[in-house]
Amino acid sequence: MGVPAAIVGSGNIGTDLLYKLQRSEVIDPVWMVGIDPDSEGLKRAAALGLETTSDGVDALLSSANRPQLVFEATSAYVHRANAPRYEEAGIRAIDLTPAAIGPYVVPPVNLDEHLDATNVNLITCGGQATIPIVAAVSRVAEVPYAEIVASVASVSAGPGTRANIDEFTRTTSRGIEVMGGATRGKAIIVLNPADPPMIMRDTIICAIPSDADHSAIAASVTSMVAEVASYVPGYRLLNEPQFDPADGVAPARVTVFVEVEGAGDFLPPYAGNLDIMTAAAVRVGERIAHAQDHGHVAAGRLAP
Amino acid sequence: MLRITDTSLRDGSHHKRHQFTADEVRSIVAALDDAGVPVIEVTHGDGLGGSSFTYGFSKTPEQELISVAVRTARNAKIAFLMLPGVGVKDDILVAQDNGASICRIATHCTEADIAVQHFGLARERGLETVGFLMMAHSQPPEVIARQGRIMADAGCQCVYVVDSAGALVLEQVSDRVSALVAELGADAEAGFHGHENLGLSVANSIAAIRAGARQIDGSARRFGAGAGNTATEALVGVCDKLGIETGIDFFKIVDAAEDVVLPAMPEECKLDRMALLMGYAGVYSSFLKHAYRQAERYGVSGAEILVQAGERKLVGGQEDQLADIAINLAAKVPR
Repeated sequence: MGVPAAIVGSGNIGTDLLYKLQRSEVIDPVWMVGIDPDSEGLKRAAALGLETTSDGVDALLSSANRPQLVFEATSAYVHRANAPRYEEAGIRAIDLTPAAIGPYVVPPVNLDEHLDATNVNLITCGGQATIPIVAAVSRVAEVPYAEIVASVASVSAGPGTRANIDEFTRTTSRGIEVMGGATRGKAIIVLNPADPPMIMRDTIICAIPSDADHSAIAASVTSMVAEVASYVPGYRLLNEPQFDPADGVAPARVTVFVEVEGAGDFLPPYAGNLDIMTAAAVRVGERIAHAQDHGHVAAGRLAP
Repeated sequence: MLRITDTSLRDGSHHKRHQFTADEVRSIVAALDDAGVPVIEVTHGDGLGGSSFTYGFSKTPEQELISVAVRTARNAKIAFLMLPGVGVKDDILVAQDNGASICRIATHCTEADIAVQHFGLARERGLETVGFLMMAHSQPPEVIARQGRIMADAGCQCVYVVDSAGALVLEQVSDRVSALVAELGADAEAGFHGHENLGLSVANSIAAIRAGARQIDGSARRFGAGAGNTATEALVGVCDKLGIETGIDFFKIVDAAEDVVLPAMPEECKLDRMALLMGYAGVYSSFLKHAYRQAERYGVSGAEILVQAGERKLVGGQEDQLADIAINLAAKVPR
């Protein structure tokens, strides 16, 4: 038996997460919480044998079958209300909303630092897709400035993102700095309505010193892409990293193009922007569960 | 009276690769203002916050250029452009602090709802607002009208049909403007922003006016992306002939275009093969200079980059993808 977990939020993200967690050997999804009794996600969860409720988190928190982990796929507003209650109940939270109560986590960049956190936040889809690349460059060369452009299919950008697009650009820019290791970060997001919908694409451009070691940067990027692809199978480099010398007011730079195709669990494959969030959430949950497990074993061994 | 906004200091920023100096802005604003141009737009070509690797770094910070324009203009109002996803609300506040009074907010013509928060802020702060529905050729009139309604409800006072690709032809302009006018009624005005890529910008602007547009964009000497915009001086002359009042002195604007604006241009905006291809294939005009740059960098055909950009249905802001197209083209070239 794996670590019991609840999914709070039965929309597209929560339902996609359900299918990913079904495949996990470390986590057992045992609860799905929604607010709409007719929700497709709740029906699917019930059919898969999970306990479900459409009365919000009260039923979950008063249940005898309480989870150790909760994946929050509601909204920032709802998570802000729920977070203290999870903490009080000793349930660790992986937050897919923009609430950002806990530290931002991008698995291959800083997950190890936050395995003990009671609440972690997954920043933004653009952040999950691009911050690893900025970090890959900044671990081998100084990056005074990094810029990312995330292009996503219009149909995959929900009303929350649309109503507060500034939150995406500001949060991602900050993440490029704090986690990516760039002195200054800039994030741009473009919604493209093409039909059939385009697969998520991200371009990452890092300013680097003129004498930076290009082969070291390329190797670092390639190994980081493989690391992300280990939990997001559709994450791939589109071309070799491109190096350009300084010209005019633009400094020397490396440009990396990636594409993020979703696994198609519940969300369509073009929605790589959503898939990378649910895939990262599963990776974070598994690592936290694993760390907890080892903690128990160690404690058991040391106990007199 | 028809209100003309001159955008040579914003759309022209693409053609200039964002290298305007404070002196150039000062002299152009002074000349346009003296000719009676009521609104002058000054910003990086891609709007506030556009200075970047992807779109090109500004030589002079745009907020400094806005300040210079505000200090120079005696009568003209200074407008700025912002694209949600590129710029943020704070940029709007800084532009207002620098004295700009008209906030123009642009989205792709199916994505108006990403601008709701920005219109709200602009109106709350007492800025006049204009909304840009970019790449308007790509959607039918009813979609343009619906998206215009979203902008108007969010606080937009004039919704523009923006022919970013210079792809619209006559009735296609009037149909879209008419649909907007019918939808918006007294809630907001309609406007039109043209490009010259199929040689129709003045004629399209007149079609827009006849369909009820109250605001039209021009650029002195067509200084803008692609084959450039509607020449402000030509539009003023045509309006004079048709008895449409603009408040702009034809002889003064002709002189300003030739004596002041032209010397600031790296070259004339040409209706050449690349520009025609953009209009014909419906490609975002600002891609032109980037396509030239990538074609040179990777030794491939700029025209082919633009054609593929059209096939991929790229929208404004996706300039980064032009490099990806060029790299793929280069990979197929036998060495």
